[in-house]
Amino acid sequence: MPDASLEITVADVQHLAGLARIALEPGEIEHLAGELNQIVDSVRKVQEVATPDVPATSHPLPLVNVLRADEVGAVLTQQQVLSGAPDQQDGRFRVPAILGEEQ
Amino acid sequence: MAGASTKDVLMDFDEALERFEPVLGFEVHVELSTATKMFSAAPNPAAPGADSTVPNSFVAPVDMGLPGALPLVNAEAVRYSISLGLALGCSIAPSSRFARKNYFYPDLGKNYQISQYDEPIAFEGSVEVELEDGTTWVVPIERAHMEEDAGKLTHVGGATGRIQGADHSLVDYNRAGVPLVEIVTKPIFGAEHRAPEIGKAYVATIRDIVRSLGISEARMERGNLRCDANVSLRPRGQERLGTRTETKNVNSLRSVERAVRYEIQRQAAILAAGGTIIQETRHWHEDTGTTSAGRPKSDADDYRYFPEPDLLPVEPSFALIEELRAALPESPVAFRKRLQADYGFTDAEFRDIVNAGVLAELEETVAKGAAPAQARKWWLGEILRIANARGVDAGTLVSPLHVSELIALVENGDLTDRLARQVLEGVIAGEGSPEAVVAARGLKVVSDDSALIAAIDTALASQPDVLQKIKDGKVQAAGAVIGAVMKAMRGQADAARVRELVLERAQS
Repeated sequence: MPDASLEITVADVQHLAGLARIALEPGEIEHLAGELNQIVDSVRKVQEVATPDVPATSHPLPLVNVLRADEVGAVLTQQQVLSGAPDQQDGRFRVPAILGEEQ
Repeated sequence: MAGASTKDVLMDFDEALERFEPVLGFEVHVELSTATKMFSAAPNPAAPGADSTVPNSFVAPVDMGLPGALPLVNAEAVRYSISLGLALGCSIAPSSRFARKNYFYPDLGKNYQISQYDEPIAFEGSVEVELEDGTTWVVPIERAHMEEDAGKLTHVGGATGRIQGADHSLVDYNRAGVPLVEIVTKPIFGAEHRAPEIGKAYVATIRDIVRSLGISEARMERGNLRCDANVSLRPRGQERLGTRTETKNVNSLRSVERAVRYEIQRQAAILAAGGTIIQETRHWHEDTGTTSAGRPKSDADDYRYFPEPDLLPVEPSFALIEELRAALPESPVAFRKRLQADYGFTDAEFRDIVNAGVLAELEETVAKGAAPAQARKWWLGEILRIANARGVDAGTLVSPLHVSELIALVENGDLTDRLARQVLEGVIAGEGSPEAVVAARGLKVVSDDSALIAAIDTALASQPDVLQKIKDGKVQAAGAVIGAVMKAMRGQADAARVRELVLERAQS
């Protein structure tokens, strides 16, 4: 049964692009809204065949509890950490003034 | 400094409580003290004794979000989280998963934080909190979930290191990936006048719990334990909750109490004047004891959580949960009862210690060899006095080990109480251990009788009338001579021994 609330609108794409800091042209937004709607439609088809006795999953792998022992391993040197930094100061990454507030 | 300069109008606390009912909520972040980080094998700066003062030296590729680096969950951090969940009376989820919280900020190299969203590891619990009068209050817990800490930013060029007006910022990723558990309460109703006190007692209890579990260093001043305080008010008789504010990073016990009180008074004044509360984060200013407006709720709070595709669900076995449950230490309330009996303190004596927030410090001081009564005397006396004068928590000033060493020096007769206070000052000033301060400042008691006798004879010779009185049996006259001798010894003598010697020399 089609659910109108699952329609991806142009406004949705604009909003998401803003959150993801991606600049999109109006044409691209239209195009993406169409593509995303196709994806939603495909998922909707899967939902139609899923029965209530099939538990929801976020993963295709039949694995759980993949854990690591609490033992110190390899660590980067400060020089390695900063090797890709466009700018650095006092052993730290130097970034432009942050607009807005503390997270 | 946006907002900090504007002076808030405050309503009298009692009047605010007459007109409005406060509803509280707390989010406490606990840094776990595992050897390694949450998702990488880099050493954890929050581990005991770790020294991460060199920036970007505790970092693995995962912590920086380098392409291709994949996270792997720290098994010990999961165990610690389950233990904490159990200690909070929570149910442990048979299956829980991680989620990505997306936001753009340079404190995270990946542009997302790995957290838990819809499936936290622990949920639905409660914590019994002891209040100042010895009664208990039950704080309901919504959830406790695992996540990673973010890196540390230093803002350069603005006033007082704040973000506004800064020219640029510096990023250190040592803290990025430190294992965290975030504990979220349900709304706390009915706190009324005790709201500030309940806030403080709740955070103190969380601190005591994680310390007794041995899962965190729990030093608030180092950021091992951080509290966000949510406060809303609703007019008496109104069912609907008022708009809340979230005061961030209230990082001492005293500040929790003050911040809750401040927000109640500030919001009450706005509401009473017909204004509305904006849902926003607020910054706590330790120095002025005020909050200032931060970020309003906005689009940026759409974090687009989704299940973390790089990690698999965590499904703790029943056996593991029961093993951890069996290993839980006694609750802080039970622990205190036992400690009070062991130390032989009265209810009132013990409550003073708890209310001053120095129980853990006192316990450790006793564990290092000091007598409970002596430990109590120092923590509640000189140390607390200095802490109050400086507006900090007493535990931040001096370590229990140093206090026990100081007490030992007094017990051995190496220091008088007066000298010991000077030594304490030196220790607090960072001059080293009590022994080191004694040596550096030359503060040891003069226990060499010949030096004392020489000073006594000089004093007696210069006060022949006093000498005569002592000879006539007026022993109390010796005070003047003792004073003169102590002065000559610059206080570095044991007054009782001086007195003995004065009487002896006067009769000879």
